[in-house]
Amino acid sequence: MLNIDSLQKGVVIDHIEAGMGMRIYDLLGLDDLDCCVALIKNARSTKFGKKDIIKIEGDIEINFEVLGFIDPNITVDVIDDGRIVEKKKLVLPETITNVVKCKNPRCITSIEEGVDHIFRLCDREKRRYRCVYCEQEYKARP
Amino acid sequence: MKHVIDPLDLSVEETEALLDLAGDMAENPAKYASVCAGKRLATLFYEPSTRTRLSFEAAMMNMGGTVIGFSSADNSSAAKGESVADTIRVISCYADICAMRHPKEGAPARAARYSRIPVINAGDGGHQHPTQTLTDLMTIRRRKGGFQGLTIGLCGDLKFGRTVHSLIRSLARYGGVRFVLISPEELRVPEYVIEEELKAKNLPYREVEDLESVIADLDILYMTRVQKERFFNEADYIRLKDSYILTGAKLRKAKPDMAVLHPLPRVNEIALEVDDDPRAAYFEQVQNGVYVRMALMMTLLGVKAC
Repeated sequence: MLNIDSLQKGVVIDHIEAGMGMRIYDLLGLDDLDCCVALIKNARSTKFGKKDIIKIEGDIEINFEVLGFIDPNITVDVIDDGRIVEKKKLVLPETITNVVKCKNPRCITSIEEGVDHIFRLCDREKRRYRCVYCEQEYKARP
Repeated sequence: MKHVIDPLDLSVEETEALLDLAGDMAENPAKYASVCAGKRLATLFYEPSTRTRLSFEAAMMNMGGTVIGFSSADNSSAAKGESVADTIRVISCYADICAMRHPKEGAPARAARYSRIPVINAGDGGHQHPTQTLTDLMTIRRRKGGFQGLTIGLCGDLKFGRTVHSLIRSLARYGGVRFVLISPEELRVPEYVIEEELKAKNLPYREVEDLESVIADLDILYMTRVQKERFFNEADYIRLKDSYILTGAKLRKAKPDMAVLHPLPRVNEIALEVDDDPRAAYFEQVQNGVYVRMALMMTLLGVKAC
């Protein structure tokens, strides 16, 4: 059994689908942080069987919006004095940049160098996004 | 900086003002003969489109401006691998306004992010073609006096035909119109256009496969070409290209004041005998195209007539 100390102050990103932890680590840019970060893969989960968890120590400012797009089942708990002081509500972001690629072969993103793949939310209820260039649809996972 | 990438980049009020201006240009061309003196248009055409390019160029010259540009990607630095973002940054140093046609969808939108001059989308693949939409709106308005209460038939390639999608979206904003969508099963209007424009706005529409059975109901018949370049294989193109042809015999069943529109070029979807019928409005559309492009460039450049 691997033990990782509980946090006194920081953020716990929990209920990440097993195997997705590293992607979320990259998307949130956690590599750039100086503080202590733990990525736990394949932790036991009564709900999912296996899950990934990320623990970030310290007082940090991170934009967690993208998590609402990646997987709304993910939970983000803010810890202070060893207690959960806030459970962040994940909502779909208005735009997502370089999270998914436009798959339309006729889109300018398929040939243009250095272009960001940007999708804009067009239907929050149906979780539908569209490429800002060609309007190709992308549906965020339910 | 205002760019026009999508017809909906212009509000209904802006569109109406623009159509009013274009109408005045048609009535009083001399008044606008030098409003763009000293202004330069760049036509960046990464794929051939003689008519649209010449229409833009004629429009600028009608207003006393000058024109630079290229008419195919082979003649541009794109052949050397230059990005759209870099090209527009360079062109911004040479011209006051630009019209861009590109085979890739979203290329003008990409250009607009980096441009220091207004960018007009002159057609991006199968996506948008706002000045064609403005041309269509102007032609309908001049023929019918407005849009309310009209039954508008769209016929032919409704799947890949960008002019059709843009026209539906623009007319849907006005409300009070009915659509009859006439196409083979394979070339129907994409579901997202129907859902987001027609169903969401509660606009009456029906999808049919036979032109002749509905032509008597129409106030406007918008014909389209089944475009070879939009197909992935030749066999599908050959099978569907002759599906919908407007002939004199079919036209006899139509209302006497129906207007026939077509974005041109036609191949054979409108028989030559139809050209002399007063309901044929497609060459009038070409002329209107010059006026709306004049009005659009004048508006985006912020110049005023004396």
